[in-house]
Amino acid sequence: MNPLLAALMALLAALLAAPAMAQPEFPALTGRVVDNADLLSPQLEAEINAKLEALEAQTQRQLVIATVPDLQGYDIADYGYQLGRAWGLGDAERNDGALLLVAPNERKVRIEVGYGLEGYLTDAYSALIIQNFIIPRFRDDDYPGGIVAGTDAIIAQLQLTPEEAAQITAEAKQSRESDGGFPVGALIWLGFMFFFFVLPIIRGSRRKRRYRSKGTGPWGKRGGDDDDGFGDAVSNIILWEIGSAIARGAMSGGSGGGSSWGGGGGFGGGGGFSGGGGSFGGGGASGGW
Amino acid sequence: MNLRNFGRGVVIAAVSLTLAACGINSVPAAEEDAKAKWADVEAQFQRRANLIPNLVEVAQGAAASERAILTEVTDARARATGINISGDDLNDTAKMQEFAAAQSQLGQGLGRLLASFEAYPQIQSNQNFLALQSQLEGTENRIAVALRDYNESVRKYNTTIRTFPDTIGANIIHGAEPMAPYTAVTEGAEVAPTIDMTSN
Repeated sequence: MNPLLAALMALLAALLAAPAMAQPEFPALTGRVVDNADLLSPQLEAEINAKLEALEAQTQRQLVIATVPDLQGYDIADYGYQLGRAWGLGDAERNDGALLLVAPNERKVRIEVGYGLEGYLTDAYSALIIQNFIIPRFRDDDYPGGIVAGTDAIIAQLQLTPEEAAQITAEAKQSRESDGGFPVGALIWLGFMFFFFVLPIIRGSRRKRRYRSKGTGPWGKRGGDDDDGFGDAVSNIILWEIGSAIARGAMSGGSGGGSSWGGGGGFGGGGGFSGGGGSFGGGGASGGW
Repeated sequence: MNLRNFGRGVVIAAVSLTLAACGINSVPAAEEDAKAKWADVEAQFQRRANLIPNLVEVAQGAAASERAILTEVTDARARATGINISGDDLNDTAKMQEFAAAQSQLGQGLGRLLASFEAYPQIQSNQNFLALQSQLEGTENRIAVALRDYNESVRKYNTTIRTFPDTIGANIIHGAEPMAPYTAVTEGAEVAPTIDMTSN
């Protein structure tokens, strides 16, 4: 029985799974600096990491530096936005992630900008950073220097005034706190379930008994029980739909906010680092040398 | 008696789940998603169209020999912005093709115009032009991303309305028609215009 059930479940899962889209394979998001092409020394990596952490602590904006050994035949712009989406950099609501992607073997570099930062880190400015800070150093094979200069320029652009920073930090804190709070939507749904399903079922049997003796149910006078059955069923279906809609809303709201900051690990710096589900739409600029 | 009521509860739950599963909600949800993605596509094309007057201004300094390309681009822009596809016409394949043709013509004209500028050092060294060029490049990128997202969303919608069990609700309740994906009319027309160094 059990193996059969398992096989059935597996079949169901296979049927339900969406057909996978053709997309490149992405490196794992191991930290704020993902140096898979091995261009940076560990000390430098730690140094850059500290700067990126400070940026996130001040502005909540996530900037990640990635170097990849190859782009798997994709254009760097094509690869970059998909990598940003796969890692989900930035908050899911604000989409405030950015990515500096270096592909030394293809001799390509790209600044990929999340939807929410396109107004701050414009295409033109990204191109300027690449042309003025990064490419000249890359041409001299000074990869660490180019990456540090580019990172500094991006950080300078993404910096906020203290008032703005205080505001956005307060907002982020508030939303985190509300996430941790009670699941109100789920509670409402449970209430619905209880009052409209569990209670009537329990009372139904009792009502029947009383109906015989008094002629009225708990919810007023009733005609034939069977006539009402259909109307009851319809209204119950409607109520069920409302309830499950509320529950869905609560669930999606909860998961959207909950995953936002990877459990706060992003702030401490000690724990793992993860994206918040932000999305990318091809903003930014590329360059080659 | 209790058992019967419990049975009724189960039937109600089952019926409502079946209703939810047969496309009452999922079909409009997929449709709205595709429409929203289309709005993104239009916004990006509009962004490109809006950049062209600036480009023309920069190009005013160019020699008269480039006037032909310049007028061609402005004409193509007028044609492309003249065709609008609202969210309700997304199942109109012919109109979608017309739109794609006009946009790809504009894209090609733009590519040629940018290529022709290669011959003019005074334009090439103009900071405004460089900024504009990166903006155009970024816009082409965004167009490509928006188009891909739209096509993916259309694929999901079309799959939803054709597969069981959503197809029941799609046909009986919503009367859903498949939507048209955006297909590049000319080979490689959705690719950013490349600058041809041999032209002058």
